[in-house]
Amino acid sequence: MSRISNDQVKHVANLARLAITEEEAEKFTKQLDAIITFAEQLNELDTENVEPTYHVLDMKNVLREDIPQKGLPREEVLKNAPEHQDGQIKVPNIMGKED
Amino acid sequence: MEFETVIGLEVHVELKTDSKIFSASPNQFGDEPNTNTSVIDLGYPGVLPVLNKKAVEFGMKAAMALNCEVASHTKFDRKNYFYPDNPKAYQISQFDKPIGEHGWIEIEVNGYTKRIGITRIHLEEDAGKLNHGKGYSLCDYNRQGTPLVEIVSEPDIRTPDEAYAYLEKLKSIVQYTGVSDCKMEEGSLRCDANISIRPVGQEEFGTKTELKNLNSFNFVRKGLEYEEKRQKEVVSAGGVIEQETRRFDEATGATLLMRVKEGSDDYRYFPEPDLLDIFIDEDWKARIRAEIPELPDERQKRYVEELGLPVYDAKVLTMTKEMADFFEATVGGGSDAKLASNWIMGDVSAYLNAESKELDQVALTPEGLAGMIKLLENGTISSKIAKTVFKELIENGGDAEKIVKEKGLVQISDKGTLLKIISEVLDANPKSIEDFKAGKNKAVGFLVGQLMKATKGQANPQLVNQLLQQELQKR
Amino acid sequence: MSLFDYKVSDLHELLHKKELKVTDLVEESYKRIGQVEDKVQAFLTLDEEQARQSAKLLDEKLAADSQKGLLFGMPIGVKDNIVTKGLRTTCASKILENFDPIYDATVVQKLQQAETVIIGKLNMDEFAMGSSNENSAFKKTRNPWDLNRVPGGSSGGSAASVAAGEVLFSLGSDTGGSIRQPASFCGVVGMKPTYGRVSRFGLVAFASSLDQIGPITRTVEDNAFLLQAISGLDPMDSTSANVDVPNFAAALTGDVKGLKIAVPKEYLGEGVGEAARQSVLAALKVLEGLGAVWEEVSLPHSKYALAAYYLLSSSEASANLARFDGVRYGYRTPDAESLIDLYKKTRAEGFGDEVKRRIMLGTFALSSGYYDAYYKKAQQVRTLIKRDFEDVLAKYDVIVGPTAPTPAFKIGENIEDPLTMYANDILTIPLNLAGLPGISVPCGLDGGLPLGLQIIGKYFDEATIYRAAHAFEQATDFHKQKPEL
Repeated sequence: MSRISNDQVKHVANLARLAITEEEAEKFTKQLDAIITFAEQLNELDTENVEPTYHVLDMKNVLREDIPQKGLPREEVLKNAPEHQDGQIKVPNIMGKED
Repeated sequence: MEFETVIGLEVHVELKTDSKIFSASPNQFGDEPNTNTSVIDLGYPGVLPVLNKKAVEFGMKAAMALNCEVASHTKFDRKNYFYPDNPKAYQISQFDKPIGEHGWIEIEVNGYTKRIGITRIHLEEDAGKLNHGKGYSLCDYNRQGTPLVEIVSEPDIRTPDEAYAYLEKLKSIVQYTGVSDCKMEEGSLRCDANISIRPVGQEEFGTKTELKNLNSFNFVRKGLEYEEKRQKEVVSAGGVIEQETRRFDEATGATLLMRVKEGSDDYRYFPEPDLLDIFIDEDWKARIRAEIPELPDERQKRYVEELGLPVYDAKVLTMTKEMADFFEATVGGGSDAKLASNWIMGDVSAYLNAESKELDQVALTPEGLAGMIKLLENGTISSKIAKTVFKELIENGGDAEKIVKEKGLVQISDKGTLLKIISEVLDANPKSIEDFKAGKNKAVGFLVGQLMKATKGQANPQLVNQLLQQELQKR
Repeated sequence: MSLFDYKVSDLHELLHKKELKVTDLVEESYKRIGQVEDKVQAFLTLDEEQARQSAKLLDEKLAADSQKGLLFGMPIGVKDNIVTKGLRTTCASKILENFDPIYDATVVQKLQQAETVIIGKLNMDEFAMGSSNENSAFKKTRNPWDLNRVPGGSSGGSAASVAAGEVLFSLGSDTGGSIRQPASFCGVVGMKPTYGRVSRFGLVAFASSLDQIGPITRTVEDNAFLLQAISGLDPMDSTSANVDVPNFAAALTGDVKGLKIAVPKEYLGEGVGEAARQSVLAALKVLEGLGAVWEEVSLPHSKYALAAYYLLSSSEASANLARFDGVRYGYRTPDAESLIDLYKKTRAEGFGDEVKRRIMLGTFALSSGYYDAYYKKAQQVRTLIKRDFEDVLAKYDVIVGPTAPTPAFKIGENIEDPLTMYANDILTIPLNLAGLPGISVPCGLDGGLPLGLQIIGKYFDEATIYRAAHAFEQATDFHKQKPEL
């Protein structure tokens, strides 16, 4: 049985905002299915009462004091922007240029 | 069919720390676009968040003031979604371990009081701001990273009026704690509303719609009223409510469809690996609790019990901390409590409304107001003169006594002086004396007016009346 | 003989005796790059003008002030996922092809404080995802020992440039073996420090809970010096540890008498090549000869590390790489009709297949309905793997095994099948999951290709790792072997 379907791959690609072609969807479905099948060997392990490890270090309460620093010069902010206008970064509307 | 309305509110409140929640950029409203950002706010490759301690403590404070249990263990999670105002394409928020849970506030609406539950309050970062043009949007990241708390109510609210009262109370409490300005017009308080209806007696909830773009408490009420009516009409006509997001249209007062929700959004929350968990011990909680000032309900009670104010006065005065503090300082300056209340709820509020100003934007000080009230009480000035003094105090500030002296506004209460003026006025108005003798009481009013004119309004009104009657009898 | 055959401490002395100038070191670098870079293809960006200028400046400084730090004037290469202000940083991805960072990573600031000279930025697998450098969007770095073979990855450029003598040393990053495996393939020394030892601020994140920057050098001693310079608490990185940084070089005593070594049977078992196995057994003999003792142990959950790693690293990566959306920096598709179109095309055109595959795997593992079965399960398995290590390290000083199952493989050999490629990392991944430090030191040649010995230590005990690695290195000649180019 396959672990991930073509439709699921397309759904995941959409969530991740990746355009994929039919051929790519097919290829990725096969590859991801193999990887996920491989990953399912984890089910051999009983982890019922095992706490997950999100952080390997036993550290907590890392906080900074509320001391402000001047913001970046605006030229720096816009330096790498593909498009900008009026000191702001420009993007197309959700509905597109016709909006 | 009889319906019951079920409303839940999600309120976002910006915390007024000096720097942002995960970076040291200034947390400031109203600056030029993209001048209060850092590589962290911009989500540059390689950057990492570091949590602002003040933001955590402000979150704790808000949670405590809203009667929440403050978490002993809290953590941050990533909420994944793409949008141009969200630079990392994930928002650092809190998922399963929020800073506070199980709170409540009490509201009073149309004569009944009711407790509204608060499910949770969690910390997160605010997004940037998009300015929409034709076919494009411009991104300003100044707001990105501003610390926020999201306060989620239980679905305990049953009417738009209750929703309004809940918001007023919530705002009042949060403002009291000093963690936020709660200015809706600047976006430091924002509200989304969930509303559904169900037949009276039904246990399960109906399908809810979510209302957005509610830019004032009034719009929240109006939007909910509209939506309540719309849903009832749809269901009564045999229709079905769709789970959707609707936008309140300020011009028409209607709610308009924004988008239909397909299942729940898949935000793929997972623990933020770049931040460590926060453990809050009892000492820390106690320290923060000690910093919370007396909240509106307690103050209201004290004003009634200790200062003898009517409940109504106490309630109005305690709506905002600024107003309540001003009132208390006025009383502290020697004013009678009820007189101070009358002036603040009356002339002061009227002036602020007329000028669309806040208390901290006018020159009036509690000392100034107290001074004026004292002069009024001891008869140094008349209430008419008081209006003049008040105008001067609220526009230019200063000390009441000084103003009265400099402008020569002291009330004339000297009998000799007044008698001399009365005799002059009577001499000049024989017709009025005749009228008086003929029983026309109107004449007295005219003569008082003439006297006030002659004294530039400074004559002691009671004394003038008494002496005038006396002199008229003599003629 | 190359200047880079000298150790840092020797070069330091030569500089101070005025027998050598910083300019000489920098010119040595560019001369060698001129000679071999066509073959090796290790660099993505060279910073020649700036490097020469700072060399000149440093020479003036040295003339004015006689005593300088140990790393003063040393030419270094930096992996291209470590941001350098004003110096193009691409992560070997088309999506950052023209990205000009506006800030420096903390480690880069530390390199500047140590007055090293950055020669250029080094090739890697795109966003550090890969074990061969074949996933670079720009070029395939070659193994200096055999130009038909991969240098390993993802820090392939970092290891190859050091092995080829293009730089004295370099910085890499290690998420699942990305420093140690290429170090092993290229016959150099690569250290993955304890998670939290070195600041990640300015390291373009692949998997935040696993990533760690570390040094790649010719010798263990140089490695200790370089780690010393980049370690320490950083207020910009909440996960950087507030622990003392010991004088690592002080541990290089050559004395391993009584050192207790654990050898996990899983590290010499199925999937590990005979040559790798034999070289480790030989290395253990050497260490034994020096007075160390070793015993076989078991890390029973080792076989699950690979699966847990791919789920976790891909999940974190799916979020970490979401910011490359064509809005604020980097590549933007030229023909977007709408916002969503801009996102989808930019990312589809900007990322390579391996990156896309991992983003999709991670997105899937985190998505509603699968989180518990994949992401959370993997984090629980991580706990079991971590406990295995803790149990063994409670009784032993270090754990020893091969770094990689085989020596460097041929270019193109594994590219078609992701799972076979992933299997290269079975011996390096477990320690990233646990956050432990580990080093790879040369321990032999197999058919003219280097093999690496991996030494794993306790949390923040890089010193003991260095002590063992140094003793081994001094007792053998493997580190003196150099590729013919």
